[in-house]
Amino acid sequence: MTKIHVTARINGDEVEFLCDPRETMLDVLRDRLGLIGAKEGCGTGDCGACSITLDGRLVCSCLMLGVEAEGREIGTVEGIAEGENLHPLQRKFIEHAALQCGFCTPGILVAAKNLLERNPDPSEEEVRYWLAGNLCRCTGYDKIIRAVLDAAAEMREAS
Amino acid sequence: MDYHKPSTFEEAVAIAAGAAGTTRFLAGGTDILVQMRSGIATPEVLIDIKGIAGTRDIVREDDGGWCIGVAVTGAELTEHAEIGHDWPGVIEAVGLIGSTQVQGRATPVGNLCNASPAADSVPALVAAGAEVTVQGPEGTRRVPVEDIPTGPGRTSLKKGEVVTALRLPPRGRGGGDAYQRFIPRTEMDIAVIGCGVSLRVSGLVITEARMALGAVAPTVEPVRGAADALVGTRLEKSALDALADLAQAACNPIDDKRGTVKFRTHLAGVYARRVARIAYERARAAQ
Ligand code: FES
Ligand code: FES
Repeated sequence: MTKIHVTARINGDEVEFLCDPRETMLDVLRDRLGLIGAKEGCGTGDCGACSITLDGRLVCSCLMLGVEAEGREIGTVEGIAEGENLHPLQRKFIEHAALQCGFCTPGILVAAKNLLERNPDPSEEEVRYWLAGNLCRCTGYDKIIRAVLDAAAEMREAS
Repeated sequence: MDYHKPSTFEEAVAIAAGAAGTTRFLAGGTDILVQMRSGIATPEVLIDIKGIAGTRDIVREDDGGWCIGVAVTGAELTEHAEIGHDWPGVIEAVGLIGSTQVQGRATPVGNLCNASPAADSVPALVAAGAEVTVQGPEGTRRVPVEDIPTGPGRTSLKKGEVVTALRLPPRGRGGGDAYQRFIPRTEMDIAVIGCGVSLRVSGLVITEARMALGAVAPTVEPVRGAADALVGTRLEKSALDALADLAQAACNPIDDKRGTVKFRTHLAGVYARRVARIAYERARAAQ
């Protein structure tokens, strides 16, 4: 099987890789690029653990082919913190204990950050609807919602 | 599997027409990637149409209708400033498909061509009188959306044919549409039944009516008698009763884990009334 050469920007850096046309973006990130933040919970678009941004748009990386990344801008959980400084969402997730096993957390962080970029002051209902495609089998969701709302409030104050 | 990314529809058609083995077109990929993973579909040729000029555009046409590119996503449609003003029912139906993540990729044309009887956007598109343009080796044709699906997972598209655009007619004065579905939760589920209605009114009197039901038959079902039941009425109780009877008569559902035949048929009547009322209020407000 001939592999296809792809050039994309991932978390601001230009990245090149070779991939089989059937490979998902999730597999490319995890198996070819060593970016293992995005997780495979289902592989069928149901759980959101593989969430990334594609040109600023929240998508499931398990529902995208690696070849489709050509020329596009990808954002993953690895790009959320600035060096050693955690993003407010990351800090608030720790403070509110919004994770237990942590499997869903990278996807939820990417999804929540994307929401706050579009809407810095979401209602609880808006957060719950936005994150409806991110399943968590541990926390019962409430702490996640509190953490996102608290991070949003802190980010509004800081700006 | 060969992956192609043509830059024109002519090229896409030529690749598809000349391909040996299973060929699929790729837009948002939210159905085909799941099918590939589960082995339901194993395309040997995959043609990504997102590189074709115009496929990402939403354009208002000279007559006031809308031309929606085949790679336009649900999120792009629900965020659009004007189209939801003309066709709120179509846009609310599109917005019900999947999660935020799925909305970022999934397209209404993909929803149509996936040919699920429970596709949310399709009853609303049928009620709206939407059409698609189809290009193939023999040329281009315009097809009403209800003629694309022929059964679960099957379409009337022939080898080498591809949908090139989705077209919504001009809304005009006094028009209103609506879509609702029944699901046992509030998000992330597949319709037990779906119902789309589009009406036109003059004053209080209905002058045009179309309705379609999802998940009650092997394909989305246009309820052809809806116009007879509603035109000339003011959506009085007798008109709603007649509409609900027609909706129930159009049902030919299956029993499955989402709902029994009896439950689905009952819901068709409930939703016919409910959705028609919303479309009527919207139509009256749009005069
Ligand atoms: S792994 Fe992609 S949505 Fe579950
Ligand atoms: S913390 Fe375990 S799945 Fe969410």
